Amino acid sequence: MENAFGQPQTVIVFGGTSDISHAVTLRLVKQRARRLVLAGRSADSLAARGAELTAAGATDITTVIFDASRPEQAGDTVTEAFDALGAPADLVVIAVGLLGDQLAMENDAAASAEMAAVNYSWPVAAIAEIRRRLIAQGSGRILVYSSVAAIRVRRDNYLYAGAKAGLDRFCEGVADSLVGTGVSIQVVRPGMVRSKMTAGMKDVPFTTSIDECADNIVKGLGTSAGVITSPSILKWVFLALLHLPRPVWRKLSATK
Amino acid sequence: MSKELLTGWGRTAPARAERRSPSSVDDVQAAFAERRPVIGRGLGRSYGDPAQVSGGLVLDNRALSEVHHFDATTGIITAGAGLSLDDLLRITMPAGWFVPVTPGTRQVTLAGAVAADVHGKNHHVDGSFGQHVLRLTMVTPSGVFEITPSSDPDLFWATVGGMGLTGFITQVTVQLIAIETDKVLVDTRRLNSLDEVMRELKESDATHRYSVAWVDCMTTGRHMGRGIITRGEHARVSDLDSPSLTGPSVAKLTVPFDAPSGLLNPLSIKIFNEAWFRVAPVHKDRQVQSISTFFHPLDGINDWNRLYGRRGFVQYQFAVPDSASEMVVTAIDQLSASKVPSFLAVLKRFGPGSPGHLSFPMAGWTLALDLPVGPAALPRVLDELDELVLGAGGRLYLAKDARLDGRHLRAMYPRVDEFLSVKARVDPENLFTSDLARRLDLIRK
Ligand SMILES: Cc1cc2nc3c(=O)[nH]c(=O)nc-3n(C[C@H](O)[C@H](O)[C@H](O)COP(=O)(O)OP(=O)(O)OC[C@H]3O[C@@H](n4cnc5c(N)ncnc54)[C@H](O)[C@@H]3O)c2cc1C
Repeated sequence: MENAFGQPQTVIVFGGTSDISHAVTLRLVKQRARRLVLAGRSADSLAARGAELTAAGATDITTVIFDASRPEQAGDTVTEAFDALGAPADLVVIAVGLLGDQLAMENDAAASAEMAAVNYSWPVAAIAEIRRRLIAQGSGRILVYSSVAAIRVRRDNYLYAGAKAGLDRFCEGVADSLVGTGVSIQVVRPGMVRSKMTAGMKDVPFTTSIDECADNIVKGLGTSAGVITSPSILKWVFLALLHLPRPVWRKLSATK
Repeated sequence: MSKELLTGWGRTAPARAERRSPSSVDDVQAAFAERRPVIGRGLGRSYGDPAQVSGGLVLDNRALSEVHHFDATTGIITAGAGLSLDDLLRITMPAGWFVPVTPGTRQVTLAGAVAADVHGKNHHVDGSFGQHVLRLTMVTPSGVFEITPSSDPDLFWATVGGMGLTGFITQVTVQLIAIETDKVLVDTRRLNSLDEVMRELKESDATHRYSVAWVDCMTTGRHMGRGIITRGEHARVSDLDSPSLTGPSVAKLTVPFDAPSGLLNPLSIKIFNEAWFRVAPVHKDRQVQSISTFFHPLDGINDWNRLYGRRGFVQYQFAVPDSASEMVVTAIDQLSASKVPSFLAVLKRFGPGSPGHLSFPMAGWTLALDLPVGPAALPRVLDELDELVLGAGGRLYLAKDARLDGRHLRAMYPRVDEFLSVKARVDPENLFTSDLARRLDLIRK
């Protein structure tokens, strides 16, 4: 069970092989997390992540393989993960995401559909099943990775950011539906982080390291904040950016 | 029957469960028939999560509050497990009988007092609550048991201190203690250092039935751990000009809503601690106080836990053996250095523990601190205190805990396996479980 400081003991992570998500899980294991289910695409990388978590103190780690481009299977994947945990889930993390290559994909209907599937449809379908299970359980948190990019969508990454924006707004409604159930949902909006997903991109202002970002997320997890922004100053920066006239935003946000 | 969000007194880690109020053995057995996780609950005065089970059935004992028998010549009372000590005292005090052990609040039920094997300011003389219980009636998945300490010592002592995990108690018989008046004669000392406080407290083991110290854990340096000791005895008729015997007074104030988080911050708590210290007399003897003032000062304000705001608070209470007196000093030192705000640290003496498998008290010292949730360092500060407690051969009080790492449970409570084997006899499928039991990996269900 989650303790008084919001530290979970049992955790399910979907898409847990991303660097940020892994850094967060590692921190949770150093607190109280002992039993975990890691779900991802590749058995090898899950095993490697699992080994690190075991070394850090996790006692039970099970892995589940799934494909986030197949939203119709999300419900079964969630069921498999909960069964593998075999105890009430204190925290369920949805860290699936595909940054993609906007320019290469934007004229490709199939690739665009996949971006929407991985970044929006799969999480939405998974949350439907997670939400149902946690409500029956009477406790638990859902942590969903969004992005600051979802606050105002840019020309240069609208496939990714547009889908995240949908997910981000969707979670607002879910949050309201959970009041009084003992279950809560939190959305994480990380700013630019130096990680393998962003390798080769130039640093934008307020770029953080993976460790800083993970620290911010873990801190937010201990609270009842509906949205966790990392670094927190970006909350204000994007509030300002949100109100820029479109032409100004277009110029300012163009990276190429 | 209703679904509700439940928390303990600290208002952390809420869980939704179905709450029922059984009024008979049949009602309790009907709940078992559903094969869902189940746990008993009294007035919810435990701080953490022992009286809730998320997604399961919470059996509220409050409908079982009838007094079945009270013998005013022997002071033996048999009552429903949900009778509060407050209500009990209203009945027994006018007849000259007081509870043998009272926690710092009267708002606890008989079953809650048994399940946590509660202690009072007289532990060094009178032991814990369970040691005054003559008989228990309990409903378990394996049947109904009426037990005494001699008829079934295993089940009796697994249940005393067992945090509700062996079954649902429906009736309790207790031996009360005789009093001549409803007043206490109190001696107060204000002392400038922890050393003096500990020395005086230890010396009063033999001289006073009730003793306790309030210690300031926020002052560093020479006055670290300065404190106020209060010690008392029940006043006799000959001690008073106009002796009386009436039940406790009723709370007059209520905190109507949650205070903003942050109202209790390092500064405001420091100011409170300072004022509390200054107001106490340096030396005063045989001051006449009411039962409420001496034993239950916080009962004067209903819902005072809301003062801690929405994020709630935790209470950290440990016990260590006498051989580890130094550890108490180190702990207070570490706390005051960490700068996490702490209110009203209470230092007490313990006599030998009871035979309860999971009972908390052990001969030596106990320190309890109230800490608002919020400071980022708090989880780590308490984890570090756990290490000190473990190193000293001590333990944390499960009725207060909301954050202990389950890995430490067996070191603190070496009789866990003995407890679990008794539980397996009366509850083979582990229907009885709680969020506390799950959190500490005591029961994996
Ligand atoms: C201001 C304050 C001061 C306190 N001071 C002290 C103190 O000085 N000393 C001390 O020892 N404690 C102290 N406590 C803690 C308190 O005495 C215990 O937590 C006590 O168990 C609370 O009783 P309750 O009726 O509220 O039970 P709850 O908190 O509702 O439940 C406590 C436990 O009892 C079990 N339980 C409840 N009903 C039943 C039943 N019918 N059958 C089986 N199990 C049952 C529950 O499952 C749970 O494990 C204090 C608490 C507060 C708020």
